[in-house]
Amino acid sequence: MTTTTLGYEDLPRLMSLMTGDEKHSPAATSTLDVVWTLYDQILDVDPADPDHPDRDRFYLSKGHGPMAFYAVLAVKGFIGVEELPHWAGYESHLGWHPDRVLIPGVEIGSGSLGHGLGMAVGAALALDARGQEGARVVCLLGDGELDEGSNHEAIAFAARAGLDRLTAIVIDNQSARHGWPGGVHRRFAVEGWGTSTVNGRDHAALREALTTVKDGRPHAVVAVVERR
Amino acid sequence: MDTMRERFGTVASELLDSDPNVAVVVAVIGAGRFADSGALHRHSDRVIDVGIREQLMMGVASGMALEGMRPIVHSYAPFLIERAFEQIKLGLGHQDVGAVLVSIGGSYDSAASGRSHQCPGDVALLNTLPGWHIDVPGHPDEVEMLLRHAVACDGRHYVRLESLQNERPVATEPGVIEVVRRHPAPRAVVVAVGPLLDEVVAGVADLPVTVLYAATVRPFDGATLRRELAETPDVVLVEPYLEGTSAAAVSAVLRDTPHRIEALGVANVEHRHYGSAEEHRAAHGLDAAGVRTSVGAFLAGV
Repeated sequence: MTTTTLGYEDLPRLMSLMTGDEKHSPAATSTLDVVWTLYDQILDVDPADPDHPDRDRFYLSKGHGPMAFYAVLAVKGFIGVEELPHWAGYESHLGWHPDRVLIPGVEIGSGSLGHGLGMAVGAALALDARGQEGARVVCLLGDGELDEGSNHEAIAFAARAGLDRLTAIVIDNQSARHGWPGGVHRRFAVEGWGTSTVNGRDHAALREALTTVKDGRPHAVVAVVERR
Repeated sequence: MDTMRERFGTVASELLDSDPNVAVVVAVIGAGRFADSGALHRHSDRVIDVGIREQLMMGVASGMALEGMRPIVHSYAPFLIERAFEQIKLGLGHQDVGAVLVSIGGSYDSAASGRSHQCPGDVALLNTLPGWHIDVPGHPDEVEMLLRHAVACDGRHYVRLESLQNERPVATEPGVIEVVRRHPAPRAVVVAVGPLLDEVVAGVADLPVTVLYAATVRPFDGATLRRELAETPDVVLVEPYLEGTSAAAVSAVLRDTPHRIEALGVANVEHRHYGSAEEHRAAHGLDAAGVRTSVGAFLAGV
């Protein structure tokens, strides 16, 4: 496994190993630039020690379409590139939805929408109870996933509890069946979250939005990408 | 004598004091118990009341367990087990983490509340998921023993508490079926579960049956059942929740032996009556008289 010879430009090729498509433009996967920016510039995680207690926790709540996630994990050395072509096979560790039990460095198993944010709230509470320094909890959702009411239980509670190690990222590809009038961010802002809305393809903007200071409240970053 | 739910509050508060890894997660219901015990004040970072949000309650337990804590999740049975069942399946089981779920209310504790507060299907539901330990204590001392054990483990445990309870504790160790009354020439073995033991003992007093007692139903102690069956492989199950819930577990024990099973429990009907827990227990044939009638008929082969 190597972490030095692969980079962002390799992601389309790595995704093609899974999908079989000749070419894979970044636009084909809504999460690609966010996940890349997280692993390349934001998250404090180490493939050599994926369970380190001080690490940042990344909860991929929106677990479907994980090719970009797997490709980034391969580039960063959490999984081997040679695993990618076998994805979703019987013996593969890489399914259509990630399984934390099978993949080192994957924090949660997901697939069914609306589970990750509540779990992230629990992780943040546990880290607070332990007095753990650092260790952000970053949860990635989609604007369609926000339809699930479980998210709104978590959104309301997280701000009341002052969980400032928690960041929610919402990939907004305008796929919610009935939309979010006024913008996704308002659902968080009204409950007391800090919010920002950025271009979900702009690495510099994502980096700035995801580099939050602890100010007593959780933060939501709405990453807007092409309409689905 | 305290109630089982009171003992739960006492013991869980003590566990919060003695083990910094223990957390309690509730959705309003039951929070007062921990306020009264002082545990909420002493451990405000580990006694989490999420408001009336059961999906979040179970999600929070999952996240805390992922961080290595030992959450005790507590609510009324339908809101604990049924309302956010997928969170139990995925947030605990699929993540391969554990928690201790402790319910009150049982099948008909709050009979006057109607169907919304009745949860006869909880054990059967959890039985569809792998790896759950299910305790149905019948006395506060058993609650204490089973709860301390469950919290000390790291798996997925469910402890089901009812308001009705037995006069004396019987279970002395987790997971083991106890012999309550061994008949010299039994024509059947009656397995009483949890709070129904006293009714069963009274009901079969004059019948030629051996009486066993289970305060843990998953894993099912097949070894003890098998030993006590000896030459009479006919079994009557008396469970305070959905009838037939453990029938397959008994059949599995006896898969190589022709046998008969009578599975008594809460009938799978929408029972549109109010009243008391005792009245509902009787309506389902689970009081002494009802058990006497059913076991008598089973022995008579009708």
